[in-house]
Amino acid sequence: MKLEAVRKILNCQVITGDEKLEGEVGVGCGADLMSDVLAFIKPNALLLTGLTNVQAVRTAEIAEVIAIVYVRGKLPDKDAIDLAKEKGIVLLCTSLPMYESCGRLHQHGLPGGSELEGGRRDAKRAPLPATL
Amino acid sequence: MPSEPLFRQRFNICGRDFVDAGKASITIKGILREIGIDSSLIRRAAIASYEAEMNVVLYASKGTMELRITPKDIRVTVEDEGPGIPDIELAMREGYSTASDEIREMGFGAGMGLSNIKKNADAFDIHSVVGKGTSLEITFRL
Repeated sequence: MKLEAVRKILNCQVITGDEKLEGEVGVGCGADLMSDVLAFIKPNALLLTGLTNVQAVRTAEIAEVIAIVYVRGKLPDKDAIDLAKEKGIVLLCTSLPMYESCGRLHQHGLPGGSELEGGRRDAKRAPLPATL
Repeated sequence: MPSEPLFRQRFNICGRDFVDAGKASITIKGILREIGIDSSLIRRAAIASYEAEMNVVLYASKGTMELRITPKDIRVTVEDEGPGIPDIELAMREGYSTASDEIREMGFGAGMGLSNIKKNADAFDIHSVVGKGTSLEITFRL
């Protein structure tokens, strides 16, 4: 999915990386804990997070994240923006909360990490348990 | 007998220094990229190094990280002066964490660090003495 599409779907403000919106992300990951990002994220990902400090951007660089979307209208601090500019990581901000942001992107075809592995594709087609 | 390293670099890590936390691992990633290591191996080495570096920053007073590259492997050795780990088996369990609220507010302390290092490495060795510190040797085969 092109970052320009992400911007439109989530009605994002572009914090940095306006010139890179033609770039593509292959997978999405929503997390506020960077330990979880490091454990589960795939390369060329879009990271959705509410963590605005510089560690989110440093984690993004280590894990080869293409762009970060800050959810719930949060804005990153100056150190985070400066580091993202230096490393070429696109930063976007949406007023939508995490659940809705992830849901909208998934609805538009951006897969999650487990779908890339192929292991849980069937889960999408499985009927809901009768108790639900 | 281990091969003589073709390249060796040592980094100092300061406990509680959240401004520079992760910089050594990013330098390691840059070095591996520069010498043309396979990109998936670079990613594994960078993630494992970063987890290990963050553990020093978050839990220890100080430490060192050393990168050694031989014709056969890449080794990252991390040694810290810190509280040590009383039960390594428990600490290796995904989700087990002794992190404070402050650490969690930084986005860390989910209890995934040590197990994620092991997952990304080809070999992983850990030793710890309570009250003294912890040492890790993380190996990636070339």
